[in-house]
Amino acid sequence: MTSRKIVINFPKDLIDRPIVYKLIKEYDLEFNILKASITPDSEGIMVLELMGDKKKIDDGIKYLKDQGVKIESLSKDIKVNWDKCIQCGACVSICPTEALYISDRKTMKVDFDAEKCIACELCIRPCPPRAIEVHYTT
Amino acid sequence: MAKTIEEINEKIKSGKVVVVTAEEIIDIVDKKGLEKAAQEVDVVTTGTFGPMCSSGAYFNFGHTKPKIKAGGGIALLNNVPAYTGWAAVDLYIGATATAKDDPLNKIHPGEFAYGGGHVIEELVSGKDVKLHVEAYGTDCYPRKHLDTLINIKDLNEAVLFNSRNAYQNYNVAVNLSNKTIYTYLGTLKPNLGNANYCSAGQLSPLLNDPFYKTIGIGTRIFLGGAEGYVAWQGTQHNPHAPRLDNGTPKRPAGTLAVIGDLKQMSPRYLKGVSFIGYGTTLAVGIGIPIPILNEEILKYTTVKDAEITAAVVDYSDAYPNGKPEVLGEVNYEQLKSGSIEIKGKKVATSGISSYSRALEIANTLKDLIKKGTFSLTQKVADLPSRDNAPKFKPLNERPVKEEK
Repeated sequence: MTSRKIVINFPKDLIDRPIVYKLIKEYDLEFNILKASITPDSEGIMVLELMGDKKKIDDGIKYLKDQGVKIESLSKDIKVNWDKCIQCGACVSICPTEALYISDRKTMKVDFDAEKCIACELCIRPCPPRAIEVHYTT
Repeated sequence: MAKTIEEINEKIKSGKVVVVTAEEIIDIVDKKGLEKAAQEVDVVTTGTFGPMCSSGAYFNFGHTKPKIKAGGGIALLNNVPAYTGWAAVDLYIGATATAKDDPLNKIHPGEFAYGGGHVIEELVSGKDVKLHVEAYGTDCYPRKHLDTLINIKDLNEAVLFNSRNAYQNYNVAVNLSNKTIYTYLGTLKPNLGNANYCSAGQLSPLLNDPFYKTIGIGTRIFLGGAEGYVAWQGTQHNPHAPRLDNGTPKRPAGTLAVIGDLKQMSPRYLKGVSFIGYGTTLAVGIGIPIPILNEEILKYTTVKDAEITAAVVDYSDAYPNGKPEVLGEVNYEQLKSGSIEIKGKKVATSGISSYSRALEIANTLKDLIKKGTFSLTQKVADLPSRDNAPKFKPLNERPVKEEK
């Protein structure tokens, strides 16, 4: 059992097709919807955490790609703008997964581990210089 | 062997001055002892960088033709109200001023995306800022409306003047209630979900000179990336706070009012910040050099994080309601370790003040002094001390009688 977080970009013509349903039915995957924004006649974006057998996840992702859905890995979608960051550390006790953390207790430098980020966005508004950004589109 | 500030300044001129940061001095004195270190080290530099709400800037934007008197009227900078109760073309923009039309906390917690602190940061960055003035018009100042772009380089004077900065120690904020609260010390998760502190601890200026022996009115400081001065004691300056044996206060104590030329400053050390549900403010960078005139002054600068304690305060009840209870005392070494223990529970900590940028300021100031571009000053007058400062009081509210 593994899990992978992905961002799915639906083109306009796929909005009305039950794509995610097929992931459950035919690939036996569990999923968590972390974010979804789908409006008729325009593009849709969905952030999913897929859980299941590694091979089935790969097959499921291949199925999505074959349908014309664009897939990105999630980790690159929360970004810290280091030019704006003032290295205060207000985010580190808010972050539930320690993706935002103090990398060196002597200098108290703040760092971001994209691998650990679940894109919950709890950090976005508490950041005083608003240096943490969500990028869902390419 | 005691030194004088004149002697240290001679050494700065001749390039022979020995300067270390308030972090480095700890090990030096540990190895060499106080007596030898006091002979060798001339200056210890301190630093702090954090949100300081009682900050702002005043400037003179120059007379228009025909003339306008903003005084008594309305002025907006990038849609943020500035104080106009001065003469014709002087304005003061405070860090916590919120943009006109900002929904504030109508939908709680509010965003507070832009305010006075951000206007100051944009001015310092050299960006054009929109100025809107509405005046009532007089015979000598007939003009009633002004809309223009202004830029810091064209202003006659632009001065950062902060009435309360560099707090000597601060509370550690926690939340005992069962819902998230939004404070000037950040977002506090329910049921002791996190603990936020706000001091540079062992690097903090007034914690390295706890009885204000060298820091006083007229002291030249590093302010927002340029030279500034201590103008006065800050508001709420309270030297009477209880102290540890090493002199450091256990509660928020002394404060400084500081002043400097905004035109020389840098956005790296003046940053507009937003606290969700609370408002906007300005993160200010301050560094103060401490001349090592004798062993006693040196001893104070060797204070380390483990020897400075702060009070843990509940911001869901005790703080807003002015109750004196504290939940305990913790030291800065514990706070910086990432978690502290409160009521038997391990609680994750966050700094609101940036230690890493405070360190950068202490090092920058050290380099400026070593290069000979920053010299020390003798204070002109003392800050109020435990012997003569008035008691810091809450407001005594008195009923207002309606006149008939």
